[in-house]
Amino acid sequence: MKRGQGLIIALLVCAAGVAAWWLLPRADTIQVGSKAFTESVVLGDTLVQVLEEAGFEARHDRAEMQGQLAWLALNNGEIDLYIEYTGTLTEELLIDLDIQSDAQLDAALAERGLKRGPALGFHNNYALGMREAAADELGIRAISDLARHPELRIRFSTAFMARNDCWPTLRVRYNLPQQDVRGIEHNLAYTALANGSCDVTDVYTTDGQIEQLNLRVLEDDLGHFPAYEAFVLHRADLEERYPGASEALAQLSGQIDETRMTKLNAAVQYEGRQPAEAAASFLSDVLGGTYTAKVESKTEQLVRNAWEHLWLVAVSLGAAIVMALPLGVAAAKLPHFGQVILAGVGIVQTIPSLALLAFMIPLLGTGVQPAIVALFLYSLLPIVRNTATGLHSIPPSLRDSAIALGLPAKARLWRVELPMATRSILAGIKISAVINVGTAALGGFVGAGGFGQPIVTGLSRVDKDMIIWQGAVPASILALAVQGIFELAERRLVPKGLRSKPSG
Amino acid sequence: MLELVGVTKTFDGNTAVHPTSLEIPAAATTVLIGPSGCGKSTLLRMMIGLVRPDAGSVTFEDESLAPGNLISIRQRLGYVIQDGGLFPHLTARGNAGLLASYLGWSNQRIAERLEELTELTHFPGHGLDRFPHELSGGERQRVSLMRALMLDPDMLLLDEPLGALDPMIRYDLQTDLKEIFERLAKTVVLVTHDMGEASFFGHQIVLMRSGRIVQQGTVNELLHAPADPFVSQFINAQRTVLDSRNGVSP
Repeated sequence: MKRGQGLIIALLVCAAGVAAWWLLPRADTIQVGSKAFTESVVLGDTLVQVLEEAGFEARHDRAEMQGQLAWLALNNGEIDLYIEYTGTLTEELLIDLDIQSDAQLDAALAERGLKRGPALGFHNNYALGMREAAADELGIRAISDLARHPELRIRFSTAFMARNDCWPTLRVRYNLPQQDVRGIEHNLAYTALANGSCDVTDVYTTDGQIEQLNLRVLEDDLGHFPAYEAFVLHRADLEERYPGASEALAQLSGQIDETRMTKLNAAVQYEGRQPAEAAASFLSDVLGGTYTAKVESKTEQLVRNAWEHLWLVAVSLGAAIVMALPLGVAAAKLPHFGQVILAGVGIVQTIPSLALLAFMIPLLGTGVQPAIVALFLYSLLPIVRNTATGLHSIPPSLRDSAIALGLPAKARLWRVELPMATRSILAGIKISAVINVGTAALGGFVGAGGFGQPIVTGLSRVDKDMIIWQGAVPASILALAVQGIFELAERRLVPKGLRSKPSG
Repeated sequence: MLELVGVTKTFDGNTAVHPTSLEIPAAATTVLIGPSGCGKSTLLRMMIGLVRPDAGSVTFEDESLAPGNLISIRQRLGYVIQDGGLFPHLTARGNAGLLASYLGWSNQRIAERLEELTELTHFPGHGLDRFPHELSGGERQRVSLMRALMLDPDMLLLDEPLGALDPMIRYDLQTDLKEIFERLAKTVVLVTHDMGEASFFGHQIVLMRSGRIVQQGTVNELLHAPADPFVSQFINAQRTVLDSRNGVSP
């Protein structure tokens, strides 16, 4: 009986934890975001340090967001600002509005409660690049010069091949004759260029590789590419909520040109500096004063990621237990409804985990919430099914004995049936927990932190060591540890009389 | 004490019990006997509401069994099945005291009652804190009997309580059971397929076949005035047991 009560108390504590977490007010801190490439992260750290220097609390927790997630997060108010590019807004995020002027852009942003802050002073445009030496040899300076060299081998990133403002229209505009044109992963294109297996590739004008590989950026002499001017994009009410923030940000206006940005990117990509360090040394140079990078050691990162990961698992698993146990009991007791329940949680399980996360974004935005809800849904099936199975597998003679004794249904459930199903229920919870720890690593893709974060970062920086040692390995160790803990718990929680087989 | 009137039961189109009426007299042992599938267990399970008759009524001390009073009536009945039906997660003490503990008895009151019962059932006191799988088959049945007797019920229902025991243990337990029934003067209904056991326990023997009562009476009535050739046939099939019994006390 005491074990049953202990279990209920544990469940209630979990439930209370979940509730408190949803209701907890967010700290009064400016939230900076960034997209999943080096430049965006360096600039995110730059924003944080400028705001901190001006006396604000600022955090860059939501770093390296995939695709359009930073834009979504800003629209949802989950973050307050990040660095965006004009072309990305007009050609991608707001392409349906067919924006032609700055005034139209500002109006479209205002409608969404957003505002353009200072431009940083550089463009990160699409461009074509060649090795300096090769370009010299052939006398190529601008894109129109390429028309005279049909033999050149061209390797473009797949996005560049496909985007309407890139290769399809560029080729027509400049009347380019090259036949050997193929799509390839962006970083591999640089590798191909470096080892001489291709001659021309697309570049972003601030890529660190331009300096590193000594590339010539060909002039867009017909003005084909849209402008991708970097600027601070923030919530319209930023100044209202944090008076003085605009002034602090204004210091950055025009302070970063293409060369400087390229150097900053190269410092991170090739010199192994942390984005925050690069940002701090740049700010000290340009704005004077002392900017210090709060660079986490690898251990600190590991510990923080571990806590974030555990938090995702604990909250989602706790909620799943609270929800799945009654569902499992219902599934066992109500034959028709039970089928519906089992089918329902079964269907959830068949949704690929990344897709399930993606479904959550329109509903819950990005960050911790969608990850927790997705993990919660994922954790239901094993617990529901094992609870139902555990109750079903009680021999009819014992069920009858409990009825014949004169115990009401509720007492039978708590005093006989659930304790007898403990082993099966705990096994279900253990399976859920282990799956949960593994799946939580996908939280990195929606900005939920945890061991998924270094995996995502490592992927975008092509940093194998970070993926393995900061993400994959600790996540696996955590999964094993969770399994071990549950096996110990099983030994304590499974009633003693159920632990060994009846001798017959 | 308990009366079945015109009860019937059909499972999946197979009739287990044809319209049957039976009265269980107080303070006596009634034995339901017959070959497998004759409906004797179904009849017993109707008495405690585990099976609900399709037609007819079951009345316990002037109260007709209905969903509303089942729980309170069951608490006044003791029920023992083959193998004991003990809950594996509870000790012998936990099993025997389960209902009492649910009803709010103090641990001390339960312990005192258990002390009386261990003495009555000849259950070794040190076995109380063992789990069912740590007990022998005979000990398990004694625990099951203690569980049934815990609240001092008006009536005991036993469904082949000795069916799974080996002969020596069975012999001892038969003796003990009979002594307990007599000492407590309880109303008892016992299901068995063993004629020797039936004649050993039963004041009244109810012989069933294919869902009907064939004959009802004392051992002697069944022996000397069989109502149907089947009665003699059934008894003859177990002649060896009866022979030895007749040899001892004709």
